[in-house]
Amino acid sequence: MFFKLKSSTGQPLYLQLMQQIQHAIENGALQDGDQLPGIRTLAEELLVSPNTVAKAYSELEHAGVLDLRHGSGAFISVSRRVRLLAERVRVADKRVGNLIEDLREDGLLDEEIRRLFEAHLIHQSETVRKS
Amino acid sequence: MIRAVVETNGLGKSYGRVHAVRNLNLTVAPGRITAFLGLNGAGKSTTIRMLLGMIRPTEGYGTVLGKRIDDLRASLDLRRHVAYVSEDKRLYGYMTVEQLIRFTSSFYPDWRPDVVKMLLNQYGLPPDRKVRSLSKGMRTKLALLLALARRPELLILDEPSEGLDPVGIEDLLQSLVTQCAEGTAVFFSSHQIAEVERVADQVCILHQGRLVMDASLDDLRFSYRQIDMVFPSLPAELQSQLQVEGVESIRTSGHQMSVLASRNADAIMERARDLNAGSIEAAPVGLREIFLQKVKEN
Repeated sequence: MFFKLKSSTGQPLYLQLMQQIQHAIENGALQDGDQLPGIRTLAEELLVSPNTVAKAYSELEHAGVLDLRHGSGAFISVSRRVRLLAERVRVADKRVGNLIEDLREDGLLDEEIRRLFEAHLIHQSETVRKS
Repeated sequence: MIRAVVETNGLGKSYGRVHAVRNLNLTVAPGRITAFLGLNGAGKSTTIRMLLGMIRPTEGYGTVLGKRIDDLRASLDLRRHVAYVSEDKRLYGYMTVEQLIRFTSSFYPDWRPDVVKMLLNQYGLPPDRKVRSLSKGMRTKLALLLALARRPELLILDEPSEGLDPVGIEDLLQSLVTQCAEGTAVFFSSHQIAEVERVADQVCILHQGRLVMDASLDDLRFSYRQIDMVFPSLPAELQSQLQVEGVESIRTSGHQMSVLASRNADAIMERARDLNAGSIEAAPVGLREIFLQKVKEN
């Protein structure tokens, strides 16, 4: 696995690492039973604090996609639930793609589409917080 | 909460009328990499030397690994649990690399010959060369090796990357990561933002002897934003109307207004929308911008 962490973005490094592992699971680069490097090894390789890797791994374990076995490493564990979720993400990916195509045909610019998506997502996360 | 490895309370050091460090409340957590960032002359070395009992504070007090830093006997005991790489890396020049390693090892029961062997190899240090004839970068690596050969509870480094080339800096950062993974708390001073931004868990910014920021890099990435807005008109009261919690600074230019927010970016954008901003864009802010802003404002 190759990971690319960017220092100057709005996302904590552990989140970037988490998302890249999750993405690799969704596109099949990482499969059930695959082993990830140990915390120390990956931290040394990426030159990030071991706490960054530890946090990503423990969040992934919490999400049910990683099995941390003490002393023997971290293993991808793709449950039925996760496989279904991955499938849903794939379907959603297609639907979003189609919607964007439609909007472009209606003459909207990408920047405008992006703003609309963001506005809706921000609005939603606010209502969720208030309720 | 687990006991902090470093804790200071109102710590200060004055030389005559010059305040090198003022009212410093610093906490360093165990198991983490903490960067101590500041311009040259900000008081970083003075702070570190107070922590190590090398100079006496003129006000306040502090503990390292639970021991008072102004207690001479405790401070001798401390040196067995704390490893220190000094800024000037003063070493015995008349010894060879190998002699100096053997000499230093005799002081520490926790010495690890296997680590020495590995690092000699990784750093490419010539065992038979006199320390005096080593380049600055080589001397830094040797000082680092002497500190890393032990298994200290706390590793303190004062500007460790000074004089290292890019490969040397990579080696250094990797060694810090390794030490942290082995359970050592790492505290290092630097004015190199790029290296701090990647490897540190926590960043403390010292400016003119005062602590102006102490934040985790996760929080910083998560909540610091620069928000650029365009207003149809910019009345004088607009600035005060935008003073929402989390606003660190506001700059204006023509119809544009740029806000640096340490948190609450959503609420600030909402307020700007209520104030009829035409365009609102938020972008993450790097440590460099935050550092420069903190240093300029104070």
